[in-house]
Order: sequence, then C-alpha cells, then structure tokens
Amino acid sequence: MQLLTPQGELRPSPEAEAYLPIIEALGDEVLEQFYRDMTVSRRIDVTGANLQRQGQLALWVPSLGQEAAQVGSARAARPQDHIFPSYREHVVGMIRGLDPVRIFALLRGATLGGWNPADNGNFHLYTLVLASQTLHSTGYAMGIRFDGACGTGDPETDAAVLVYYGDGATSQGDASEALVFASSYQTPQVFFVQNNQWAISVPVSRQSRSPLGLRGGGFGMPSLRIDGNDVLVSYAASRVALEEARAGQGPTFIEALTYRMGAHTTADDPTKYRTDDEVTYWAERDPISRYRTWLESRGASAEFFATVDEEAADVASDVRKRALELTAPTREKIFAHVYSEAHPLMAEQAAWLDAYENGFEGGAA
Amino acid sequence: MSTDIEEQLQAGAIEPAEAPEAAVPVPAAGADGADSRAGVKGIQTLSMAKAITAGLREALRADDKVLLMGEDIGPLGGVFRVTEGLQAEFGDHRVLDTPLAESGIVGTAIGLAMRGYRSVCEIQFDGFIFPAFDQITTQLSRMTLRHDGTLSMPIVIRVPYGGHIGSIEHHQESPEAYFAHTPGLRVVSPSSPHDAYWMIQEAIASNDPVIFFEPKSRYWPKGPVDLDHSGVPLHASRVIRSGTDVTVVGHGAMISTLLQAADIAAGEGTSLEVVDLRSLSPIDYGPLLESVHRTGRLVVAQEAYGSVSVGSEIAATVAERAFYALEAPVLRVSSFDTPFPPAALETEYLPSPDRVLEAVDRALAY
Repeated sequence: MQLLTPQGELRPSPEAEAYLPIIEALGDEVLEQFYRDMTVSRRIDVTGANLQRQGQLALWVPSLGQEAAQVGSARAARPQDHIFPSYREHVVGMIRGLDPVRIFALLRGATLGGWNPADNGNFHLYTLVLASQTLHSTGYAMGIRFDGACGTGDPETDAAVLVYYGDGATSQGDASEALVFASSYQTPQVFFVQNNQWAISVPVSRQSRSPLGLRGGGFGMPSLRIDGNDVLVSYAASRVALEEARAGQGPTFIEALTYRMGAHTTADDPTKYRTDDEVTYWAERDPISRYRTWLESRGASAEFFATVDEEAADVASDVRKRALELTAPTREKIFAHVYSEAHPLMAEQAAWLDAYENGFEGGAA
Repeated sequence: MSTDIEEQLQAGAIEPAEAPEAAVPVPAAGADGADSRAGVKGIQTLSMAKAITAGLREALRADDKVLLMGEDIGPLGGVFRVTEGLQAEFGDHRVLDTPLAESGIVGTAIGLAMRGYRSVCEIQFDGFIFPAFDQITTQLSRMTLRHDGTLSMPIVIRVPYGGHIGSIEHHQESPEAYFAHTPGLRVVSPSSPHDAYWMIQEAIASNDPVIFFEPKSRYWPKGPVDLDHSGVPLHASRVIRSGTDVTVVGHGAMISTLLQAADIAAGEGTSLEVVDLRSLSPIDYGPLLESVHRTGRLVVAQEAYGSVSVGSEIAATVAERAFYALEAPVLRVSSFDTPFPPAALETEYLPSPDRVLEAVDRALAY
C-alpha cells in the first residue's frame, strides 16, 4: 500500500485509498512535523556514525533510509500508548520525548539501558537479543486488556502497544510465540516489522519465502504490507491499526518495506554482500526527498526547509557535545541494581572491590 | 513457629510414615467471628503439592495482581494438580492456561511485570524449561539492572524437578546450577510441605525473580504445616538434624535421602548433622560454616551432575572459609556427568543413602 509515489505525488494505490481522508484531515503543522522528524533523524544518524569512527562510541546503529517507516508509525501513537523498540528506532524515542543523548550513552558503553520508560513517553528500552521484546510487548498488552484499559470507547485513556522489529527477527521463535499469544488473548497491539531487506548480510529471501506482509494472517490477525518509505501511508496504516487495538479489536501485523541505506552497524561492510545497483534503486525511493517534493508541491517555502536543516544541525551538534561530555559511571553501578532487594553477594563483592581499588591509592609505587 | 513443629522438623519427622496428625486443631471462629484465637490457623497435615496449592491460594487472595500462568494449569490443575481448583476459585483471568510455549510464558510474564503484575509461571517439567532459557537469562535476570532499579521483576518460575519417579527423558532432571550461575536470579528449593507453603508465598512477595524448584518425588508424602509461622526467611539455610561427626548438606528431595542416611549412620554409631540449604542463590553459608566448625567434615549431596554444580561451589567456598576447621576434604555425592539414564537405571544413577554413607566413611577415614 502506498499513498505517496517515489516521485512525490499523492496517488494512493487501490488498497490505500481508504487512508486518504486521514491524510487530508491533517494540518500543515503535522505534515511539516513529519519532515522535521525525518530530517533530524538523518542528521543524528550522521553524527552517530562519525562519533563511532572517531572512537567515541563502541557502536552506532544506523536508521538511515528507514525514517518514513519510523516517523509515520511513531506519530500515529497516542501519549498513553507503549512502544517497544528493537535498537534502531532512535527517532521514535525522540518523538516520545527521549533525550537522544541517552541512546549515545548506551552505545558509548556508559549504561546498559539508560532511561526509565515511564519518564520518556512509555518508550521502552532497546533490546539487543532479537525479538525478545515482541513477547514483552505482548505481555504488556495482555496487562492492558486485563486492566480493562482498552475497549472502553474513551480515546483519551484506551491504550495500545506498538512493537518494532526487523525482517531478520521475524525468524526468531519469540516473534512467532508473540503472535500466538497476541492472537489468543486479542491484545491491543500493533506488530510493526521494518523489512529493510538485510539482516546484516543475509537477504530477506533467506528469512521468508512468502511476503512477510502475509505473516500475521496465519496467526489470525489482519496483516498488511505498506511502502515503508512513504511516511503518509506509514502514519495512516499505523493509526488505523492502533485505533482498532485501543478499541479492543485485537492486534494487527504490518510489514513496512524499506531499505537500510547504511551498514547494519558501524562494524559491518555492506559492499561485501550487496550491489551498487540495489543501493541506487533504493536511493531513488528515498523517503525524505519524495516527501520534500510533495510538500513543495503543496506550497512549502524554501525558508521552511532551510529552517528545518538549521534545527537539525543544532540538535545534532548539541547531542554530539553532550555525548562527548558523558563520563564513565562509578563502580558501584556494577552491583547497585542487579537485584531489587538486598543481596549478600552484591554487598560482599562491592565491598571487596572497593577495598581492592582503594588499596592502590597512595600505596607503594 | 510452635515448639511442637520445630521439634518435629528437627527430628526429621517429615517422612510420610511418621507424619503426625495436626497437633493443634484449626480453631473454629465463634458465631460473631471474634474467637479469642482469631487469626490463628494452627497446624495442618498436608502433602507438599497441597501445601503449595494452599500457598498459591493465599498469594492470589492477598494481591489481585498475582497471576498464575502455565500449561494445563486451569481445569486440569496442572499435571501434578498443584493448581487444582484455583482457576474455578479465582477465574481464568487470574489462572491462565497459556499457549504451549515456555519462552512465550516467561516473555509475556516480563511484559506483565512491567504493567505491575506478579506472575507465577509453571514449567511443566524440569527438562522443558530450556525453551525459556533465553528469556530467563538474558531478559528476566537483567531487567532491573537495565532499568537502574526503577523496574522490578517479581516473577516466580515454578519447576517440578528431579528423579525418583521412573519417567522418560526430560522428566527427571536437576538443572538448578544453570540458574544459580545466573546473576539477577534467586533460586530456592523446599524440602518439606511446611517450607513449601511458606517459601512459595515469600517467593511471590519477593521483588526479584525467583526460580522455585519443587522436588516432584516429594509432592505426595504428608507432613505438618504451621500455617501461622514460617520459621526462617526465604534465603536462610538451617540445620534440620543435629549431629557431631560429619555435616551433610543438600536441598529439595535430597534432604529425605540425607535423613535416611543419618538414621542408618546413627545405628552404626556415627552422628550426622543435616543442613537443608533451602536457597541455592544466594546461599546462606552461616549455619553451614558453623556446622563444619563443629564437625570438621562435610559431604555435599545433590541429584544434579557434579561437575560445575552447586555442590562444587559449596565445596570451594567452605574450603576457602573454613580451611583450618576441616579434618578432611569436602566430598561431593552427585549423580554422574551423563544425561539422566533410562529410568530403569535411576536407582543406580541417583545418590542413595548408601552412596552418602560411602562418602561419610571416606571423610571419616582422613
């Protein structure tokens, strides 16, 4: 399903026509915000990759090319919704109010998590074991259902869960178990798979012989395939699915077709497994340039785009500055929160490490 | 805890043949409910399975955020009937027959904990916990740390474990060491109906994840349960039979074996002190070290494989902390470093009272 063609024309594919009124009802401010989000995201991405190359981050996980899939779906969520990311959804976190420097702290090795979801727009922590978060999100959504916090008809309080994962993660057992539990308990939940074509170096054809967009059907839930480089269809499809979830109508599966323009992480070398032609093909379907073309056709000014570029540069330079100022945590962090309650081994080993380290201070050379 | 039951437990009177009738009848409330002993429940004679059922019932009553999750735990009451009647009493929104997927059970319990629920997950048999191993070791055990302590994981995973039941592969195993080795988890195992009744409630009340190993061969022997007093905290070990010559330590079903060994040894003039670990992570070394200081000899017994086991950890720690008190090396009595054999061979595979006594003799020979 597509609303916006790669050339930037609003021309819905037949199945997407029903979404058109949703887009037509959006004001300029919202439409411009989509552009701002995507532009800031790309700028942060460049900053992250550069910092890694300079040895300031252990790793950077690029989202370059996937901005439309992420921004459209995230903007469709309401404040009371809960979002379970994989580890590439930096802009989703920012949309939910997360300070991006928290993500840099994680990738700099300063923390294992870095934020409290309750204080950051219900944006949960990154999960590095693929698809683990699909089950956590389903459990959370089961809780919403058990609490009667969906399906009351009140759009201000009915809640849903949005979970992100990738084409590679769909092969994990947990991803299938999550679909089983979600369907069985009719959870208020949207499974949002960004199919960026590559699981590090393995193409999606190795993960699935049939289109992933069909995956939800066998589990008994509506299952869609959308153009993930079209921010408008990403927004509209996610919004409808989330509204149905909040209304108590159960889960939906969405495959967003997109492309990872960069490497899997900065530890990867994509020239070893994919062709320039393929990258060019997807570059011509870039999510930001097609959206810019459409905004221009609607009369957005050159000044608007210049202002957004400036804002993006400011955000990125601020994050860069603060990321470089991040300091290592103190050693009690090793032990402090392994358990919620007092634990004799933690106390004993923390005391031993203190005594050991302090033994060097002022000691003989 | 009442003196009566303390004595019974100390005397090892938790064997089925010796199980006493309830020493104190459960008092009936007066017509106005204002019995002079209001709140006193007394002592009941229960099997461990029914003691756990009673503990689960108390937990479900006390906190409506407590959920039971598992396979066949609803109308059937679980394959060991431990949850029998609970779905009828509390409803299918509190006692959930889940899809048949262990990783799914634990993974969704984690999400439910994020929402404020306290799930008690039943794994049907020891050997079927491994599909959930990833969620337990990479997610459940680390969530609190990742969240800088702002999120607790009050989840209990109940695992019927161990041999002596003559069953087929994956139904008689003792996988405690994998979990005791994992930071962020707590691991406990009751040996008597009384401990099972209290420890399951204390595990559910814990804000940390607890792996709760139930010795399935001990599900049906009955023993006294003091419904008013637990006696010791969840993670305390304790001396359950006093002796002077050799300390023997174990947990779960092995306690029954150790008490039998102590009876036989007593007939031969050797006095064994029996320590019930109760908690495998953390291990409460206090009573164990005190005992070793008195006896100078220690035999560690377990159904699990011996290599890289809980028994190995105890042997190393006692050697570090009580080296000068030891008259002999710490000896381990385990099963063998092989998969659990066909059940027809289980009596040769599992540690028996005689195998414990063989080690006791070796310890005394030093």
